[in-house]
This record gives sequence, C-alpha cells and structure tokens, in this order.
Amino acid sequence: MSVDLATVKRVARLARIAVSEEEAERMTGELNGILGFVEQLSEVNVDGVEPMTSVTPMRMKTREDIVMDGDKAADVVANAPNSDRDFFLVPKVVE
Amino acid sequence: MTELTSLTIAEARAKLSAKEITSVELTDAYIAAIEAANETINAYVDVTPEQAREMARASDARIAAGKAGPLEGIPLGIKDLFATEGVHTQACSHILDGFKPRYESTVTRNLWNDGAVMLGKLNMDEFAMGSSNESSYYGPVKNPWRAKGSNLDLVPGGSSGGSAAAVAAHLCAGATATDTGGSIRQPAAFTGTVGIKPTYGRCSRFGIVAFASSLDQAGPIARDVRDAAILLKSMASVDPKDTTSVDLPVPDYAASIGQSIKGMKIGIPKEYRVEGMPEEIEALWQQGIAWLKDAGAEIVDISLPHTQYALPAYYIVAPAEASSNLARYDGVRYGLRVDGKDIVDMYEKTRAAGFGREVKRRIMIGTYVLSAGYYDAYYLRAQKVRTLIKRDFELAFQAGVDAILTPATPSSAFGIADEDLAADPVKMYLNDIFTVTVNMAGLPGIAVPGGLDHKGLPLGLQLIGKPFEEETLFKTAHVIEQAAGRFTPAKWW
Amino acid sequence: MSIVDVRTPDPKRFIPGATGDWEVIIGMEVHAQVLSNSKLFSAASTEFGNAPNANVSLVDAAMPGMLPVINEECVRQAVRTGLGLKAKINHRSIFDRKNYFYPDLPQGYQISQYKDPIVGEGKIIISVGPDRQGQFEDVEIGIERLHLEQDAGKSMHDQHPSMSYVDLNRSGVALMEIVSKPDLRSSDEAKAYLTKLRSILRYLGTCDGNMDEGSMRADVNVSVRRPGEPFGTRCEIKNVNSIRFVGQAIEYEARRQIAIIEDGGVIDQETRLFDPNKGETRSMRSKEDAHDYRYFPDPDLLPLEFDDDFVEALKADLPELPDDKKERFVRDLGLSVYDASVLVSEKAIADYFEAVAEGRDGKIAANWVINDLLGALNKAGKTIEETPVSPAQLGGIIDLIKDGTISGKIAKDLFEILWNEGGDPAELVESRGMKQVTDTGAIEKAVDEIIAANPDQVEKAKAKPSLAGWFVGQVMKATGGKANPQAVQALVKSKLGIEE
Repeated sequence: MSVDLATVKRVARLARIAVSEEEAERMTGELNGILGFVEQLSEVNVDGVEPMTSVTPMRMKTREDIVMDGDKAADVVANAPNSDRDFFLVPKVVE
Repeated sequence: MTELTSLTIAEARAKLSAKEITSVELTDAYIAAIEAANETINAYVDVTPEQAREMARASDARIAAGKAGPLEGIPLGIKDLFATEGVHTQACSHILDGFKPRYESTVTRNLWNDGAVMLGKLNMDEFAMGSSNESSYYGPVKNPWRAKGSNLDLVPGGSSGGSAAAVAAHLCAGATATDTGGSIRQPAAFTGTVGIKPTYGRCSRFGIVAFASSLDQAGPIARDVRDAAILLKSMASVDPKDTTSVDLPVPDYAASIGQSIKGMKIGIPKEYRVEGMPEEIEALWQQGIAWLKDAGAEIVDISLPHTQYALPAYYIVAPAEASSNLARYDGVRYGLRVDGKDIVDMYEKTRAAGFGREVKRRIMIGTYVLSAGYYDAYYLRAQKVRTLIKRDFELAFQAGVDAILTPATPSSAFGIADEDLAADPVKMYLNDIFTVTVNMAGLPGIAVPGGLDHKGLPLGLQLIGKPFEEETLFKTAHVIEQAAGRFTPAKWW
Repeated sequence: MSIVDVRTPDPKRFIPGATGDWEVIIGMEVHAQVLSNSKLFSAASTEFGNAPNANVSLVDAAMPGMLPVINEECVRQAVRTGLGLKAKINHRSIFDRKNYFYPDLPQGYQISQYKDPIVGEGKIIISVGPDRQGQFEDVEIGIERLHLEQDAGKSMHDQHPSMSYVDLNRSGVALMEIVSKPDLRSSDEAKAYLTKLRSILRYLGTCDGNMDEGSMRADVNVSVRRPGEPFGTRCEIKNVNSIRFVGQAIEYEARRQIAIIEDGGVIDQETRLFDPNKGETRSMRSKEDAHDYRYFPDPDLLPLEFDDDFVEALKADLPELPDDKKERFVRDLGLSVYDASVLVSEKAIADYFEAVAEGRDGKIAANWVINDLLGALNKAGKTIEETPVSPAQLGGIIDLIKDGTISGKIAKDLFEILWNEGGDPAELVESRGMKQVTDTGAIEKAVDEIIAANPDQVEKAKAKPSLAGWFVGQVMKATGGKANPQAVQALVKSKLGIEE
C-alpha cells in the first residue's frame, strides 16, 4: 500500500500537525519508503496467531478505591502556557 | 587524585566508604570535566552543579554517619526522558520547552534513595526516536571516539547518545538510559560502554516520557559490566504506579559477576548473519563465540525464523503507540504553545513547530497505520508477528538455551550528518536490526564491548536472556569483558 | 455485527404521517457515572463541584510519563451492574485508546473499551402504560454491552471573550457506557427504559442517576421506517440530560425525519443536539472532520482479567432488584401488581415503603404510601427524598389507627399536620385532643341530642333503616370526627330501634 499527497494531508490533519505543501510532498515520499519497508510483513502467515496484548504474562495490578491524590491545582497548572485562577486557558472552542 | 573521574562506580564506592575521597570531591571533578568538555561533546543539555554539590554534601554526611546507601555519593547523568522534579525534563524536544515537572520518575527516585548524585540531564534523540542522537532539539552529541587518524565527528548512537557519550568521556560515573528498539545497546556499542535493557517490566516506566509504551524500558549505561549490575539493582523496583511493572524481587545483580558459565548453553542464531554485514562484525561474533567456548559454555546453532520481520513490525507498533502517546503535547497544559486563530489552528501550529522531522514522520506513520481501514493490515498484523517473534525465542529457551549471542550493531559509529542516512530513514532504522527483536519479545539484552574495528572504533556484542534472568547476562557479559578488555577513547576534546 | 429486529410492529405505537403510518426505532447509549471515591485510573476524588482542577492528579492532567492504574472498585461496580442487567460478564476485557484532540481531553485519547467490553449482552424489562384500559405492558429490551471508560473534563466558554476555560475535575472519572439494542419503539418506551435503568443502577448503588448533575446522560439513536420495512438511517442525539427531554427529543426527531422522507428527501446519518428551550434537535456543526478514532489496545494497561469467584462473590452480595422486589411484594405482602410496581419504581420509594411496612400490615402501608404520601408529594412537586413525613411518622399514624386511638378520618388530618408542621404523631394526637371518643356516655349524649332535634328524620329512618347513616354523620360532625364510628353506628341503630 502507498499513500498519496491527499492522504498525507488528511493524516497530518488527524495528527494535528500543520504541513506545508512542500513538507507534505516530502513526507509522501518518506512515508511510502517506510510503508514499502513494512510491506514485507504480508509474507508472514499469521493465521490463528493471537496478537500480542502484553509482553509479560501477568495479571494487571489494581488500586484500592481510596482518594490519595488531588488538591494540587497549583502543580497542575504550574507549567501551563496560559492559565487563570487554576483554569487552563485555550483559544475559544466553538461547539 | 587527578583522575577521580576515571574510577568505576565500584572503585569510587570503595574509596568513598574507606573515606579516601569525598563525594563532594568526586562530584566537583565531574563538574569540572563537564565544564571542560560539554561544549564540544554536547552530552548534557542541562547541568545542575549546585544541586549536585548539595546532594554530594548530604551523601558525605550519610557516609560519615554510617548510613550510606548502595550508590552513596556516586555522580550520575540522567537522560532527559526521565522526569526530575524542578529540573529540565524535555525529552530533548522543542515542544516541551521550559517544562519542569513537579514529580520525580520512579527510577531516578530509586537512585536518589540509594544515595546517588545528579549531575544534570543528558542529550538524546527527540522523544527517544533515533539511532544517532541527531534528532535532538539541542543538537547532535559527538562520540568521544574518533577513527584512527581522523578528525571526523562521529555519532554516539541513539537515542541514549548523551548517556553513552557522557559515560565514555568520563563526564559521569554512570548514566540512566532507555531502550525502545536498541537505544541503550546501540549507543553503548558505539562508545565502548556497557548497556543493558532489562526485561520489560523490570524498571518502572512511571515518570519516564513515553515513546512506545509496550517497548520502552529503562536501563543503565556504565563503564563496565559490574557498574551496570550495580546501577540496575538500584534502578529496578516493583512499582504500584506502573501496572506493567512486575512483582518480582530485584536480585543482587553484582553478585553474579565472576560466576562461572561452564556448561551454559549459548545459542547462535543464524538469522543474525545478514546480507552485507561487514566481515569485521562476523569476525567479532566468532571471537565472542570462542571466548564463551573457552570459558566452558556449550555453543549451539539455533534458528529464530521471524527475526527479519522484527524491524518492520517495530516500525508499525512503535510509531502507532507514539502517535497516541504524543497526542498530549497540544500546547494546553505545558510546554510550547504557538497561538492560532482557533483551537485547531493552535494545535496544528504548536505541533508543527514543536516536533522535529523524525518525530513528525513517526507520528504520521503511526496515525496512518491506526486509521480506519488500515488497522488490521498493519497494527493487528504487526502484533501477531510480534507473538511469532516472541515464540521463536521461547522455543529456543525451551530447547535448553540459556542465552543468545549476537553482534550488537551491523557497523561501528558513523559520521554526524551522514548524507546517505539522512536521505533514507529506513537505512537509519536498520541500525536497530539486531537489537529490536529483544524489545519486541520483552526480553533482557546487554551490549558489551568486544573489540575495535580496523578504524579503531568500538564494536559491541549482544547477549539476549530469558525473561528476568539478567543475572545470566551479567555473568556471561563479564566473561566477554574479561577476555576483550575495556576500551576508553583517547581524549581529544 | 448484524442488528436483529426482535419486535413485532405494533399499531398502538405507530406515528401517523401524511402518507401513512410510521414506526420509530430507538436505541440508547447511556453514560452512567460509576459511584466510587476515586477516579477510574487515578487516586483523585470524584466529588462534584470542587474548585477548578482541585480534583486532578498529575495522571488526570496527562503530565509526561504518568501512567494509569485501575481502580478495582470501578471494576466491581461494572460487574455488579452487568449482573443487575442479567448480562454476560466477560472475564477478560481490554482497555483501548480512543484518539481525538479536544482541550478537555488531556491525554489526547480517552481510555475506553472497544472490541472487548467488560459486560456483554443482557436485558431490561420495562413496563409501558397504562393504556386506555388501564393496563401495563411488559417489554423486554436487549442490552448490547456495557463498558468502562474515562469521562472528559469541562470547557467553559462564557468566562472570556476569546478564550475557553478548561477544568479537569471530571477528567478520568469512571463512566459505564450502557448500550441498548435498537429495541425501543416509542418515546414512552424510551422514557420507561431510562427510568428503569436508572432505578436498577440506584438499587445496585453503582450510579446515583442524578441527570441534572450529569451523572447520567443519554445519547439517543433515532430512525423511522414504514412498519415492516428494514431499519432506516439513524441520527444520534447527543448528551440529553433528562428523561423528559429524551421523550421530547425523540418526538421531535421522529417527526422531523418523517417529514423529510414524506417530502421525498433522505436522512443524513449525523450527530444532533437537543435544544430544550426550543424543543428541537439541530445538526452539530462541521462534518469536515470525519471522526477516525484510531482505537488500539492501551499499551499502558494489561488485559483486565478476573475469575468466577470474583463474579460469584459480587453476585452473592447483590441487593434485591426492582423486579424481584415487586414479585415479593405481591407474593408475601398480598399487594396488587399495580401497587407493587409503583412502590418499586424508585429505590427510595421502596425503601420508604419497606420501613413503613416493617411490622405492620403491608396493604395498609401500601395504601398510605401510594395514596397519601406519593399523592401529596406529587401535588407539592417534591421527590421522595424531600418528603416532610418520615417513614416513622407515617408508621406512627398507622399504629394509632390500628390501636383505635384515632379514626381513619382523623388520621388524614394528622397526616396534614405532620406534613406541614412535623412532630411526633402520638404526642400530636394527645396535645391537640384528636383522640377517638370511645366513651359511650359522651357518644350517647350526642346521639340523643341529634335525635331530639330531628324528629322528622327519625320517622323517615324508622321507615327506611338505610337513612340511619345520616344520623351517624351528624354525630361524627358534632363530635369533630373523634367518635368511634362503630360505636356511633350501634347506638344510633339501637336508639332508633332498627334491627341489626
């Protein structure tokens, strides 16, 4: 499978990365190179093979339902590019 | 006492506890070395001398009080991927500009709890994506090694290039690193240092900036095998904050050093003899086999038939996970924000300006392979192939193999800004061809120097072990180290 | 997955259009906030209404390197709910990432369950009616699945002219998404489904069901078709936050779709919003960004696995659910099916009734709760939680009737007083002289006076004994209702010489 310029632009949009026409063209070539490389996986017979969901065979650890975190709004917004009264601020979102 | 920085951790520890030296002296020696070298080597992106001296003083006090921890007073460098409270933590990306976490990664917390001293944050490929340390926002790291009679700057490998270079150039006693597809072992091989990627789940991932969650694993880069064992013992833990961390006690790895490997079965996988591999690599491999045989190990030929598919499968799984893991860098809560006319514009501009070329490439690939209609053909198939890769290893281990010996990399260090590699991302990816299988199967792997090539550059051997049997790797690697010797670059910087 | 139509078209539910009858097909996705102290994957509080970002951990804020750790109580709550919905419990389920960008989604993905949810198919029996004959109809509605997922934070748009304010307090709170099969065929059924589902969740204690606080929200899928034809194209109405609005939204949407088709148009599959002020649904802006959520298993979380013992232990501790309770009320207390249905409709009502009925006659208790208490609550527009009369007080009234201290009529007055002023029933009866008069001397005096004052009535009554009731009424009036009615009856009859 290979991608065209329109697909690259659509994927960039999905990934929320602005790309110039020139970048999109360059990426098209690069992505096709990589996709060509991974294409060899289609040779592998994977019939009846379970996809890997966890590399180590163990049961997932769980947590007790106890409140032990929070009350640190100052820490939460400490690195924010724009905040006000412990809220994060972003350009207005129109519903 | 002029060469305090040439002491291994084990040696420094002995001198500290014998009170022949103080941690402040040792730390000052490293700070001086960094000040002298870093402008050239560019291993550190942030040096924290005041914090280091303060930690060293506290270590000296604990040593005096007889309360020394296992790493008391030992100055370490920390890869920029590890969250260190109040200190530069940016994964060497522009998008994390100015980020100073209000938390500490579990691995670094473990190190500080054991008495280690932090010298600063180490350079790396942006978000650990790369094999040359050239994708760092802070510029490339120079390998302390140069080819005989050459002034050409070489890469230290990546992504943990800063860690490997700092250890090789004696700019820290040891360093933390991470390995997603070979990012500990390849730079270790390129710099004549020892690097181990432990079993997935051995070190907590809590507080380590995520690249590909199912593959990322922290480990040390050190001067020798013993130091690597000492560091891993402190870094590893069972962490309730990481549900993929495994509930197994951490053994005393250093205790396995010097143990006999007599009767051990070492597998030699034929699939690692790849087309176009330099003869020197093949010769190194044969040398390694001979050393282990001499030490009493039994050498057996094995087959890991899905080896060639590990790298392509990796370049689906890792970018897919990365595309999702890096979605949080959106200019809202931390790091870079480039204003836009609306929220989507802000996202797109921020991420376009904040991510480098390689990171964008991988996000794009990852987004594409997960997108509607392609999931089964790419991601699901790659995860099935991963099952097959893991099964190959399991069958070998079931057949009695204790460890597997391979070359660590298909070549020695290459030049910075190599045009051939820059033009073709896939060529760069091939650097991980021997290391990536280990991540795909979640196994432990260690890279240990095996010798120098005709250019006088270090080459590494890799040992792959059974899950959670890092001790086997340490004792076997030590045998190679004893035979091969240790390698230190001639100081030119 | 093919969708099976399990319902037979029923003309009672058809919607008449200009060109004939139409049938509406409804499926629901309900987001129910799990009752838990802490969030699904972090140890921050789930409390409602705190200061901005106060209930936020660094995990909820998606700081670099933070990892999710699952809250075992949320798992238990989901399994309990699955058991309450008589559903298949999946012993192995997978958490997936649903990827999209939104400022109140800090990770850039929501952790949800996609292909392997924790709970599979189940069912809910709803009761629809009453019809013209006063009959209720039980309908079985299929549950497709239930899965666990994270809630998002909140964006506020009215704080600043050009900026939105983001608060992550809700970010990471556990939700159960409960998906019905497209088995609902009218707005009444949809409302009954939501009511019943909410009741089951409240009985189980797995969700508080408070729609006005957002702890239960419904996405409603609506399509129309000619009866007997295949399913039409559906529209999804997002985030409807009251049962009444769900009814209104369906009514509006069904008519909108019918009008379009009858005019020769086609329905676009789209997401719509319900505007409660206008009573209309409207299309959500921009389809340019067709959603592509790129689901894949979350590599930070292993598969969620548990064994039979885990499920069995939860099953053993499950509270009695409304259908079982209704059956028991009918069987053990002798209540009518209708009364029992009313009493179990809400857990709080059932709890109230059971407190009143404890050690008392069930039918009497049921009459008081349904006719007097619920009647008064309904009239006052109050919920059972807001009742001014406690079960103990109402029980006290019933006890006072039973031991003959007050008459049934006085009991109603006593209820009024308790409703308006509160107090202890027995003390009120004492202090306000409401005790029933059983002293025959006093009653006899009153009877004599009435007889003496009404000779004409006496003659009539002797001729027609049924008129004796008039005297009883007069005596009760004269005694302020406090005379024991049986005693008055007996005395009047004997004084008038009427045979028993």
